[in-house]
Amino acid sequence: MTKQVKQIDRVIIRFAGDSGDGMQLTGDRFTQETASFGNDLSTLPNFPAEIRAPAGTLPGVSSFQVHFADHDILTPGDSPDVLVAMNPAALRANLADIKNGATIIVDSHDFTSRNLKRAGYGENPLESGSLAEYAVHAFDLTGMTVEAVKHFGLSRKDAGRAKNMFALGMLSWMYGRPTEPTTDFLERRFAKVPDIRDANVTAFRAGWNFGETTESFVVQYEVKPATMAAGTYRNITGNLALAYGLVAGSVQSGLPLFLGSYPITPASDVLHELSKHKRFGVTTFQAEDEIAGVGAALGAAFGGALGVTTTSGPGIALKSETIGLGVMMELPLLVVDVQRGGPSTGLPTKTEQADLMQAMFGRNSEAPLPIIAPQSPADCFEVAVEAARIAVKYRTPVMLLSDGYLANGSEPWQIPDVSAMPRIDPAFATEPNHTDDKGAADFWPYLRDEDTLARPWAVPGTAGLEHRIGGLEKADGHGNISYDPTNHDFMVRTRAAKVERISTDIAPLEVDDPSGSARVLVLGWGSTYGPIGAACRQVRNQGVAVAQAHLRHLNPFPRNLGEVLKAYDAVLVPEMNLGQLSLLLRARFLVDVVGYNRVRGLPLRAAELADAITDLVEATTGSQDETSMPSADKETVR
Amino acid sequence: MTQTELPFPGLPNGLSGVPTADAPQNRKEFASDQEVRWCPGCGDYAVLAAVQGFLPDLGLKRENIVFVSGIGCAARFPYYLDTYGMHSIHGRAPAIATGLATTRGDLSVWVVTGDGDALSIGGNHLIHALRRNVNMTILLFNNRIYGLTKGQYSPTSELGKVTKSTPMGSLDNPFNPISLALGAEGTFIARTIDSDRKHLTSVLSAAAAHRGTSLVEIYQNCPIFNDGAFDAVKDPETKQDAIIPLVHGEPIRFGAPDEGGRGSRGVLRDPGTGELRIVDVAADGSTDGVPADALLVHDAHADDPATAFALSRLTNAGHLNQAPIGIFRQVEQSTYDDLARDQIATARGEADDVGNALSGLLHGGDTWTVV
Repeated sequence: MTKQVKQIDRVIIRFAGDSGDGMQLTGDRFTQETASFGNDLSTLPNFPAEIRAPAGTLPGVSSFQVHFADHDILTPGDSPDVLVAMNPAALRANLADIKNGATIIVDSHDFTSRNLKRAGYGENPLESGSLAEYAVHAFDLTGMTVEAVKHFGLSRKDAGRAKNMFALGMLSWMYGRPTEPTTDFLERRFAKVPDIRDANVTAFRAGWNFGETTESFVVQYEVKPATMAAGTYRNITGNLALAYGLVAGSVQSGLPLFLGSYPITPASDVLHELSKHKRFGVTTFQAEDEIAGVGAALGAAFGGALGVTTTSGPGIALKSETIGLGVMMELPLLVVDVQRGGPSTGLPTKTEQADLMQAMFGRNSEAPLPIIAPQSPADCFEVAVEAARIAVKYRTPVMLLSDGYLANGSEPWQIPDVSAMPRIDPAFATEPNHTDDKGAADFWPYLRDEDTLARPWAVPGTAGLEHRIGGLEKADGHGNISYDPTNHDFMVRTRAAKVERISTDIAPLEVDDPSGSARVLVLGWGSTYGPIGAACRQVRNQGVAVAQAHLRHLNPFPRNLGEVLKAYDAVLVPEMNLGQLSLLLRARFLVDVVGYNRVRGLPLRAAELADAITDLVEATTGSQDETSMPSADKETVR
Repeated sequence: MTQTELPFPGLPNGLSGVPTADAPQNRKEFASDQEVRWCPGCGDYAVLAAVQGFLPDLGLKRENIVFVSGIGCAARFPYYLDTYGMHSIHGRAPAIATGLATTRGDLSVWVVTGDGDALSIGGNHLIHALRRNVNMTILLFNNRIYGLTKGQYSPTSELGKVTKSTPMGSLDNPFNPISLALGAEGTFIARTIDSDRKHLTSVLSAAAAHRGTSLVEIYQNCPIFNDGAFDAVKDPETKQDAIIPLVHGEPIRFGAPDEGGRGSRGVLRDPGTGELRIVDVAADGSTDGVPADALLVHDAHADDPATAFALSRLTNAGHLNQAPIGIFRQVEQSTYDDLARDQIATARGEADDVGNALSGLLHGGDTWTVV
């Protein structure tokens, strides 16, 4: 039959099933097909902390959402247009997120009374009429898969496991995705097990053919490629981009990378990835605990390596004392915190950005360090390189705050030209820097560079520069132990001044305000960039003016931040915490910012945020009309 | 006591890869300009003097030697040596030294720690350093007390120890550091005494020459908070009965010497149970006692640490009046840091342009081009 082809500009699909159903793989393959087709895209995997929760139950549901479009998009989307549910639990767990009129495709095979009961359904929703608001397509996907692959002689169970590829084939037809990337992938992945390989490829093709021939689907959709800047692209997750950024920081600085790490969700993939890159001189040390991980990294840094430790919030808590030692010894050290829901063990596989205070203040005494946060999965690359630059140049631990959404989410990444990337100069000390009373040359480890306030980095093996550093307070200059009150006061202030000075070495904050007349600013940091950007677009599309700015550097802040804040009548600060950036902004600039705070373990929803922005703009405009003209400094900043 | 004979079997040298000095060095070159600030009479002075005296003999470039310490009285050690040094945080020195030793095969890495630092707060790092066998030498100053925090009991204090924090006596059983290290399958495990410079130096030389993690427990007297804890092994009157000297290849004998100058007591392994017993040794020609040729011959190179463990148990857990001294175990085993560097060398293969390689890495996977 001939089918109608309907053009749409974007679509959000969510694949959901049991943890063992291969939904992450299905979503990942659909994403790769979409990327190679040339759409812009953004993905959101969502899976339980349990590796295999009891089959068919709500806690065992795993899902993968992909949003793709013919234009640039910023988020994985609030609400799916299409839900693929492989069992009753997957339907029930995801139904609340689906908009009315959305398409639901279910594998009816698993809608048995036993599974319905497990998922908490009293009656079969496919028969009860409770899904009347949706376009429901129920097929026996498992049965059709088993039938399609029966000639390979697999057990019924093994045959049924290819049902995810059947579903993928069906969706690939529906959205006109190229099929070669997936067949190539399956042939590579299962090269050693021909039966499984052939069954998966066959199931995938059978799913495609079913989509094409079934009378249930009358429309095939077309989402044209997006317009993107010229260049070579690949789809990349945040953890992969971060690992590549760390390798790039090592290559650009000429410092061998040493990663000391202890496995923890959602950071472990950075350890896995870096362990593959020994040919770049990367050493990965899986330590006995979080403390040893950062300790070994700091020891390696003392020896002249680019020392890195990767973890999540609970790991940072354990590493705090060693990070403080790094602050005191003023050695380069990269501390990567892939934040997750907390406190304590919290929500290991869900996202949150509530470690900002821990990063700022989570050490004993005055122990300032630079903090930097990527805004999207691909941005993790550049931010990792920037973190390495700051750590090496200023001889300081740097905290990089990624999060669970950035770690596992993905988007197209324009691959940078390596030859155009700036070098990072370690500028090791090689000569004595001081003359003693008797006129002899000696080395003072705490004699600072006047511009950066960084101390010299003299590594073991350098003759004549033998010196001792440690956690005890050191005298300015010669660096011997000092308990002198004035010296301590000076050193505390100097360590703070050194970090603050980095503000002169980073770009000023840029504000995006197409209208040029916005009176409300939305200011965010980290992974909320996508939802904030999408929300601002929605608001602007309704003719409401709003300005947006996003902080990459959380400590020190860009030097124009105070001016920017004071230029607006109201500032909204959306965060996946209870107002940590808000607290810092209020304390630092005495600006009464308005928080928008959600800690659901998921990215902010753009539509809800757009409502909040609109409300604030209306409230601000209303009050403004009764009071005064915009202030003068507001005009100058724009 | 007499100097123990130190075996140097065919192990790869622990110092190979570390550049050697161009000219002979002396003790003064290894002393920093910092005033030493331990309490008068502290055993740490003797160890420092022995180390400063022995380092020049290694013949290494001074700038390629690094001392890393944790927290405690002994942890001030690096400040007094004119080498590279780091006075780190409580218990973590073995972890920090692991990162340094793994990335820098050209360094001679030393860890200075104490019974609280190594066995209490840093116990985890100590056992894992031993298990990994990273090429470094750990000096464990054991004074069986907390000194820097002014006199609380430590994880090696005897049960019932009355201290500031345990006025009615401590309630926890002490660790035997040698037993613990053997349990972690350390490859070089020895014990020596702060006041016996000759033995201390010979053990340190063997420890430095060993490739892998060497653990040297040093009995060290704290004259302020635990004075006399090791009197039995130091007092000329008692030490011949208190010290059980371990010399590889020699029968284990101690006690008042017989006419031939050999100890009148010895260690016997029960052939039935494998247990070790202390027995009187029959004088030549006498049947009164155990014949000398039945005594246990110390084998530091035995692959199985079981006998070394049994020897470590001859140490008193309570008040010390008997302890084996010397090298309990020295075996050859691959080291973590050598293997880690080998993996990188293998992965690197023929030297290539890392810039090109990086570009290749970033372009890996499925890519597409927009023109």
